Amino acid sequence: MDKPIIKITELTREFRMGDETVRALRGTDLTISPGEFVTIMGTSGSGKSTLLNILGCLDKPTSGIYELDGISVKNLTKDELAEIRNTKIGFIFQSYNLLARTSAIENVELPLLYNSKESAAERKERAAEALKKVGMESRMYHIPSQLSGGQQQRVAIARSLVNNPVILLADEATGNLDTRTSYEVMQLFQELNDNGITIGFVTHETDIAQFSKRTVVLRDGLITEDKNITERFIAIEELKKLPKTS
Amino acid sequence: MNISNLFKIAWKAILLNKTRTMLTMLGIIIGVASVIAMLAIGEGSKESIKKNISSMGANMITIRPGAGMMGGVRTSDQTSMQSLKLSDYAAIKEQSVLIKNVSPLVNGSGQVISGAYNWPTSIYGASPEYLSIREWNVESGVIFDQSDVNSYAKVAVIGKTIQENLFPNGEDPIGKSIRFNSIPFKIIGVLTEKGENTFGQDQDDIIIAPYTTIQKRILAQNYLQSIVASALSEDQAERAVNEITAILEKTHNIDPSEDNDFNVSSQQEIINTFSSTSEMLTVLLVAIAGISLLVGGIGIMNIMYVSVKERTKEIGLRMAIGAKGKFILMQFLIESVLISVTGGLLGVLLGLITTFIISTFLGWPVSITSFSIILSFIVCTITGVFFGWYPARKASASDPITALRYE
Ligand SMILES: Nc1ncnc2c1ncn2[C@@H]1O[C@H](COP(=O)(O)OP(=O)(O)O)[C@@H](O)[C@H]1O
Ligand SMILES: [Mg+2]
Repeated sequence: MDKPIIKITELTREFRMGDETVRALRGTDLTISPGEFVTIMGTSGSGKSTLLNILGCLDKPTSGIYELDGISVKNLTKDELAEIRNTKIGFIFQSYNLLARTSAIENVELPLLYNSKESAAERKERAAEALKKVGMESRMYHIPSQLSGGQQQRVAIARSLVNNPVILLADEATGNLDTRTSYEVMQLFQELNDNGITIGFVTHETDIAQFSKRTVVLRDGLITEDKNITERFIAIEELKKLPKTS
Repeated sequence: MNISNLFKIAWKAILLNKTRTMLTMLGIIIGVASVIAMLAIGEGSKESIKKNISSMGANMITIRPGAGMMGGVRTSDQTSMQSLKLSDYAAIKEQSVLIKNVSPLVNGSGQVISGAYNWPTSIYGASPEYLSIREWNVESGVIFDQSDVNSYAKVAVIGKTIQENLFPNGEDPIGKSIRFNSIPFKIIGVLTEKGENTFGQDQDDIIIAPYTTIQKRILAQNYLQSIVASALSEDQAERAVNEITAILEKTHNIDPSEDNDFNVSSQQEIINTFSSTSEMLTVLLVAIAGISLLVGGIGIMNIMYVSVKERTKEIGLRMAIGAKGKFILMQFLIESVLISVTGGLLGVLLGLITTFIISTFLGWPVSITSFSIILSFIVCTITGVFFGWYPARKASASDPITALRYE
């Protein structure tokens, strides 16, 4: 088996609120290998976002070990974490978080502006390529307000892909979308995964989880279930089953 | 990360908020423009005073009776106002080696009459050297000479204003007779026109005659109102002042512990007196303009602060995709410097236009120095950095998750 991309051991995360301590993660172990498509499930408040933020190097654990692509994240400085976010991770948010009044291609270019020494032309090319991967090549110069929710999320996915990260992390990426659009986005994730991209996907919807290959269930900061999906949904098929008018 | 990318990011943010940026800039534009215009006015008036005083004769030294000057006003009583005598003039003429020319000066005012025309004016009594001390010339006719002085001759040289008022029909005044306070004088020369001096006095409203004549026939006084001299050169003026002071201290028998009953000053000192007044005015004007620049700077801080608050989510996103804190700091700093420097450039332009309008339509003397432009430009950049720093610092210290959650 390949060297794991993500390996966490005995991970805890506590939030101090005055003299009360919220234990969002209470000793979690998880390993994700290259090519996997893992959904992290759980009810609201179970610690999914907290876990994903740590995996995405946006947050640091209170204790435990986290190794990303062979690097121990624990002792890294803020700047080093920023660099890892820039080069190794593609993060996708529920609310897309595109820059307003800024064209799709410029939004996708953004991560490149913060590290590479590429020329403006090369940046444009890579951004256009990423937009093509998500089927948005015809909307490169549209600004977010001219795009539907599904299209905006596609642009956001293109932005997460542009730096060739080792893993895509999505937090309720379909949470703001209707069923059909959600499935279309899942189809895109399946395509990307089929092309070898590793995906960590947070959701609380069971049907969405069925599109992945493996489900991890969190409950009160502990992993209670970790199983491979047996009857996996294929997005193209599921889309056909949906009523035409929805 | 290269700096040009940060410039690109900052520039884009500015373009996305054109109206707001323009309004922010307005404060800086007005501040810089007023600093430049005020400095131009201050500098211009200083230069024009200097030029005018110099045009009275750059080497000129004036000896007045009475003790020193107090803020430009002589503080003396009646007797000390009569302390200068012809013997002082003679002593200076004889002993001083640093002066070229010297002339006593007496003057009185009254009515001058020629035929049916009359005109109120001043008459000056001087030696023939007086005109070269003042660097004046005759346009037609001649200047009186030493023999006219010796013989108390009733001859006079008149200014253009006198000619225009006494001979309005254009006849040649040379050889004509005029009466000043009923004493007749024969006109032997007309002075070249000089116009007004800095203080608005008409320099052509003047009659000059031998001092002997004026002292004896008009004023009936044996003291002098002043003595004027010209130093050998402008550089020698200060030394000449000291030399004359020493000569007069001796002739007046003044003890070192006593105050002098006369006052010797060079043109440079007069320039300094007036310059310092106009300098004070300049400082005041620039201080006011500086305050408006400061207010403009606070405007930048205000806008950058609001902008950081408003764009918290954007900052969070930028950090989430890999922007380091220092990049965020730089972005906002560059934004505020771009605003202030662009505002500064426009301000310089507006300042130049304003100055041009002031000089063209109000006719005020102005002088734009590269110093004033460089100064306001530097102040502008510093303003941008200084007032942009706090909000930028705040932005860069954000925590990405908290910033992303901000609504
Ligand atoms: N910044 C925070 N400060 C305090 N408590 C927090 C913070 N973030 C999350 N929590 C708490 O941690 C627990 C898990 O939250 P979260 O990971 O957001 O849940 P989920 O994403 O599964 O809905 C919740 O009880 C939540 O209140
Ligand atoms: Mg959540």
